[in-house]
Amino acid sequence: MLEVSGLNAWYGESHVLHGVAFEVQEGEVVTLLGRNGAGKSTTMKSIMGLVPRRAGSVRYCHRETIALRPDLIARAGIGFCPEDRGIFAGLSVIENLMLPAVVAPGGLDLATIYRLFPNLAETARRQATKLSGGEQKMLAIARILRTGARLLLLDEPTAGLAPVIVQQIAGTIREIRAHGFTVLLVEQNFRFAEALADRHYVMEDGHVLDMISKAELAANPGRLHDYLGI
Amino acid sequence: MITIFGKPLMLLYGQLVLGLINGAFYALLSLGLAVIFGLMNIVNFAHGALFMLGAFVAWALLNWLGIDYWAALLLAPVIVGAFGMALERTLIRRLYGLDNLYGFLLTLGCALIIEGLARNSFGSSGLRYTIPEGLRGSIDLGFMMLPAYRAWVVVAAAAMCLLTWLVIEKTRIGATLRAATENAPLVQAFGVNVPRLITLTYGAGVALAAFAGVLAAPIYSVNPNMGSNLVIIVFAVVVIGGMGSILGSIVTGFALGILEGLAKVYYPQGSATVIFVAMAIVLLVRPAGLFGKA
Repeated sequence: MLEVSGLNAWYGESHVLHGVAFEVQEGEVVTLLGRNGAGKSTTMKSIMGLVPRRAGSVRYCHRETIALRPDLIARAGIGFCPEDRGIFAGLSVIENLMLPAVVAPGGLDLATIYRLFPNLAETARRQATKLSGGEQKMLAIARILRTGARLLLLDEPTAGLAPVIVQQIAGTIREIRAHGFTVLLVEQNFRFAEALADRHYVMEDGHVLDMISKAELAANPGRLHDYLGI
Repeated sequence: MITIFGKPLMLLYGQLVLGLINGAFYALLSLGLAVIFGLMNIVNFAHGALFMLGAFVAWALLNWLGIDYWAALLLAPVIVGAFGMALERTLIRRLYGLDNLYGFLLTLGCALIIEGLARNSFGSSGLRYTIPEGLRGSIDLGFMMLPAYRAWVVVAAAAMCLLTWLVIEKTRIGATLRAATENAPLVQAFGVNVPRLITLTYGAGVALAAFAGVLAAPIYSVNPNMGSNLVIIVFAVVVIGGMGSILGSIVTGFALGILEGLAKVYYPQGSATVIFVAMAIVLLVRPAGLFGKA
């Protein structure tokens, strides 16, 4: 579904991604793992077209998107949940929820979303930034489920959240996958990633070092530890 | 003769009405400025010139095409709005991401060009635009006679401000605009064509200015300087109200018009500067503006 090859990106003069390559099959949950500064978020932003200077190839459903504007990339069917949640303070919860454009049929309808995230129904009219961190994360994820995007980019969905909420989000991601979505996950919390993902790509300094599948990880759990140096 | 604080009541009423009318123009113009600044971070110095253009287009529609005031109220904003969108597309767009000083300089240059062209074509003295039928005469309020056209100006301006506020705060496109004001790239990542939104928003802000221009045509003579006289005061209104605050612009615009009117009655020597004194005080006490988000 998603094929990234030779992806290079620059922030100004700084060359931050070096020939990043990986792929995501439809229906998978794949993670980009790595320490701070490894280039995981930058990779996600590059896929979304939010890094102005990028080169290489990003093919979504066999369509080259490397040169497209972010809104056209979204309309191709990719949904983005940023690391800082990106909840708009001037909007209510329901306004935040309805903001992204519907890009394809097949997105979850409002009733289903409220079933998955009941607290969003209760707080619909409240100013969105008055929600707790975990609730805002849920809102950020719920937002892109409505659009009909089939590939979801989740950037550190559990960052800064209490363990109880982290478990909730893990459950949410499992439910999303059951609904047929494909998920690319950026995470530093590899225990969280371990439990959820089919495959892991390890990144460091803007390079992809290795790919480890769920089976390989089960056979050799120490491998990830070695890479992440924990 | 009844007096209030030593001044005749009729004088006070007269100046209050005048103040309310000026306030109506301040509100309409600062509303357009606030919307443009909020989304684009551009200080649109061309706003006064586009207000003037609105009045001139109304005059031209009447004298060249026989199109009357009521149609001009609709057509002039559309025409000037389209011109504004062309300006944004060709010139202003190139300055995004730069210091907003560049936007200020560019729009100032545009203002000078527009006003210069108007001056060359029509001279510096004003052109007459007669008050439309149906709005002539006065309304007897009992305690004073209120010119009908002036009452219309206040009502129309207030209605347009309310309509704009409703669109921004209560509609889906307004929500998109508010979100783009906070984080435009993220809104674009959600599939919204933000560059097009920006063009349309600039056009809408400009159309508001042109609408004010049509309202102004029968009151002030249609002359090339009518915009530059107003625009400095409008900037002060926006600063006091809070850059980017819609409600701030509307409330502050009307309030400062009334304040100016009161000053003319009780302290005429200060009436030209009272708004700037207020701006200085607000900047010292609450730099983000009365309604601004700090």
